[in-house]
Formats: sequence, structure tokens, C-alpha cells
Amino acid sequence: MRSGTAARRARLPWSWFGLVPFFGYVSVFFLLPTAVIAYSAFRVRGEGGASTFGVANMSAALGGAYLDALWNSATMSLVCAVIAAVLGMVLAYAVATSRGGLLQKLVSTSAAVLANFGGLPLAFLFVAAIGNAGVLTVFVQERLGLSLRDDLGLDLYSRGGVQFVYLYFLIPLMVLVITPAIEGLRPEWREAAEGLGARGWQYWRHVAGPALLPHFLGSIALLFCTAFSSYATAEALTNGTLAITPLRIDGALSGNVLAGQENLGAALALSMIVVVVPLTLLYQLMQRRSSRWLQ
Amino acid sequence: MVAVIGAPVAPSTVTPTAGAPAPTAAPPQSRGRVRRAGPPVRFWRGVVLGLAGLYFLGPVLVAFWFTVDGADGPSLAAYTRIFTATGFVDAMTSSLLLGLISVAITLALMVPTMLLVHLRLPRARPYVEVFSLLPLVIPPVALVVGVRGVLGWGNGSEFVEVSAVFTALQDKSLPLVLALMYVVIALPFTYRSLDAGLRGSKVTVLVEAALNLGARWPTVLWRVVLPALRTSLLNAGFLAFALVMGEYTIAKILIFPTFPVWLAQSGATDGQLQVALALLSLAVTWALLLIVVAVAGRTRKAKP
Repeated sequence: MRSGTAARRARLPWSWFGLVPFFGYVSVFFLLPTAVIAYSAFRVRGEGGASTFGVANMSAALGGAYLDALWNSATMSLVCAVIAAVLGMVLAYAVATSRGGLLQKLVSTSAAVLANFGGLPLAFLFVAAIGNAGVLTVFVQERLGLSLRDDLGLDLYSRGGVQFVYLYFLIPLMVLVITPAIEGLRPEWREAAEGLGARGWQYWRHVAGPALLPHFLGSIALLFCTAFSSYATAEALTNGTLAITPLRIDGALSGNVLAGQENLGAALALSMIVVVVPLTLLYQLMQRRSSRWLQ
Repeated sequence: MVAVIGAPVAPSTVTPTAGAPAPTAAPPQSRGRVRRAGPPVRFWRGVVLGLAGLYFLGPVLVAFWFTVDGADGPSLAAYTRIFTATGFVDAMTSSLLLGLISVAITLALMVPTMLLVHLRLPRARPYVEVFSLLPLVIPPVALVVGVRGVLGWGNGSEFVEVSAVFTALQDKSLPLVLALMYVVIALPFTYRSLDAGLRGSKVTVLVEAALNLGARWPTVLWRVVLPALRTSLLNAGFLAFALVMGEYTIAKILIFPTFPVWLAQSGATDGQLQVALALLSLAVTWALLLIVVAVAGRTRKAKP
């Protein structure tokens, strides 16, 4: 700690070494596994057991049943993301414009819990409610003589049921990500619009709508990615039988009879990454864009 | 699936100030608009909030009924037999330890890094930010494939020392490899939480002042940095801990018996117990988050 700028300048390069643990950690525990995915996705086991580079895994991952799974994943996630975005937006607006500070605090903490840690516990709540021996299932069966699954088309263990449960953590997630943007809408804008003679819908069409649109689209991308990479809910509900990519990856890894399956898993993982990366970037971009003036 | 943890705590502490000006300006206006537009805005807001409350609380209440509904009337038996359930204590111990280890690694790694970046190396900030946010783009279910590949190579290593290390990492009762991975998955949230704290609390100025007054680094860390960053440290720690306690994907695919994995399997033997634990885990996470928010609110108020 000898004073003087000379000492400090001499120390400057050394302080970069302080970042070594951080970059080292991320490299070993994140970049290395990621590189392994990309590497194994293109390794093919040949006739004699020796591995060579090839695209056999990738073409398997992008064809047949695996392509169907990818398509299923994408359409399921898109449907859920759009529904959750619209409903979450309405809910967030209702909460943000309400006056109760306590209500807002309750909503934001509940939304945080459901959105981030909800997946697995939520699946079991719904098994208790509308699963095979669920309270509502039994009630409807005994009182009305109807089967939830056969007569009302509500099958928790199907694609529709999984989507239904997804909404329970996607809507809270939407509330979390869109609330700051809604709070960024300044009352002055509304006053100015009304002062100029705008009706309610005109304010939404020309002022609030365009202001929120980037954030709204970015949020849909984020919700899509969340649903797309979600594994726990679908695994717990369908026991791994639903045809979506995350469960297919699990299947490829657990079916350890064939050694080549491991590489197929990597190819599937790579196909997921290729979908998720641009959408996450889009979300970050949209958020940055709107946060520039929503401050 | 976790994507935006940084947000929840921040807006909730911000809302009172952001929401405060609105009521003073809004009421006369909205009343004027109401007369033109038919049903009052407050009515629709009530409808939306009511429906949302029903939608989100309904399943919870129904599930609660499921757990207490016994053959001879309601009973709390499902909750009292938790600790005697086979394997529960082991799985819970393993998860709690992993949680504590992950929080310790997270803070030990990120607090010095973030301090260094804010105090000495502002130029490094963009790199650290990008590296911290990177885990957001790889879904855990994809990352685990790479982790398995690395573990497979280590297990098959010709060097005894290497395979011994890998065996230790994959110990069934305390799989340290999970803690190491969870630190990475929590990284984006750790970064945002600490970054917000460092920017909001003027730690840079306080540290410079303390150093100029002759304090040494240990003193500075203990008596200046820690108190100033208490909220964001608490926040980061909570997020990492809650993430570990709820993480299912990686533990399930690598076949480690943590609490969530045990929970998912427990339904086969005792459905009521499973639902009871699911409810409890949601409730405990929620209560912890409320405490964090309350502490954050208090420190915010204490500062003028």
C-alpha cells in the first residue's frame, strides 16, 4: 500500500489475475460441458468401434420421431407462451394499477416462487386436484357420474394437461418480466394523450401499445424458451412418455444399452440450444431497447 | 426454467415509490373517464384479480384438501409422517448440504470478483457480465448432457488420481458435482443481484473512503462491504439456495437422490405425502422470499 500512482499503475495488470478464479470456474463448469455437447454431437461410432466425425447423429436428431418431438416442443411452447403472455399482461396491469402495496408485494413474491421454483411441486398439486385419484376427479365421478378424462376431455397426463400446468408458472413469469415495463408507463403520457383529446383505446393504440410492444414480444420469446427447456413438469406428469425434446434427451441418455445413444443425446441438446440462443438474445435485445427510455 | 429471478425482489421494493405518485394524480381523472366508458375501471380490476386469485389459489386449496382427506374425516397425518418416510431424511440432508455448499461457493467466487470489477477493473465489467449471463442460453437439460460426457471421460481416466477425484465428486450421499453445477446455473441471478447492490449502495465510494482513513482490506470487507451489501448478499444467497432445493432436471438425469428426485418418486408409495411436501416446499420458499423482501425493505427505509 505504498502511496503514489506509480505503485497503483504497476499493480494494475496484477489485478486482472483476480478475475482468474471466475473465468476459470465458468470455463471448467460451463464452457467445457458446452463444448463437449458440440463435440459429441458430431462424433459417430464406426464399424470397428472407433469414433469419427460425422453428421449421423444430427440427421437422426432432426428426422423421424425426434423431429416430431422437436416440433411438438416448439408448438406446445409457442401456444403456452402466447396465452401466458396475454393473460399475464392483463394480470400485471391490474396489479400494477391497483393501490394496495401489500397486494403488489404478495403478487410479486408469489409470482417469483411459482415462476422460478414451481415446476415440480405444481405438477403434484395438479395430480392431487385433477389426477387419476384427484379430489375433483373423484368428486365429478361420484356426484355427476362423469369422467374428467373421457367425458370432459381434461387429461392431466396428456399434452393438453402438461400445457395447462405450464401456464401456472408461465403466467407468473410474465407478470414478473412485464411489471417493470408497465410501471414505466408514465402517468404524464396518459394525461398528455387525454389533454390532446385521445380516447382510452387511442391511448393504448398509439402510446402505451407501441411503448410496451418490444417488451411484450421479448417476453414471449423468454416464455417460449422457458417452456421449451422445461423438463420437470412433463417428466413428473407423464413419466417421460410425452414426445418432447427434453424427455427424448433423457431417454437417449438413460437407454444406456447403445453407446452411440449418448451422442444422439448431445445432438438433441444441440438442436435445443440452436433454438434457445437466438430467442434469448432477442429477449435481451428487446429488454435493453425498451429499458433505454422506460427509465 | 428459471430466467428472471433478479426482477421479483427489485420491483416489489420499488413499487411503493413508483406507485405513490399515481394515486394523487389519477383518481379524479379515472372517475371522469369512468362516467363515459360504462363499467368502472375498478370493477374490471376486481374481476381480473378475483379470477386470478381463484385460478392460482384454487389448486392449492384443492391439493390441501387432498392431503388432509382421510378415511375417517380430515387429519394431518400426511404432514406428521414426513420425517418417518423412507429416505426422506437422507435426501433432505443431501439437498440442504448441497444448498449450503452452493451458496458458499457462489458468494466466495462472486463477491470478490464483483468487488474487483467495480472497484478496480470497470473495463472488465462487460466480459464478466457476458460470462455470468451465458448460462441462461443453455437449458439445464442440455447442459447435463455435456456434464455427463465430462464425467464419463473422468471416470474412464487411466490416471488413478483423476478417477479418484471424479468418484469423490459423484458420491451418492453428497454429490459435489451437483453443487458445482448449481453455482453455474445460479450465476445469472447472483450477478444481477450483486451488480444491483453494488451500483445502488455506493460501495465504491465507501471503500475508497475507508482505505483513505487507513483501514486495511479485511476491515474494509467486514465492516464496510458486508453491511452495505447485506441485502443483495442475502438475495443472492437465497436465490442460489432455493434453486438447489428445487432443482430436478440435472439431479434426476445424473441419478442423484436429492430431495426433488426423492419427492418425484415418493408418489408411488404415498400420494398424500408427496402432495403435502410439494405444498410445504412452495410455502417455505415463499416465506423465505417474503423475509428477504422484508429485510430489503427495512434497509431501504433505514437509508434516507
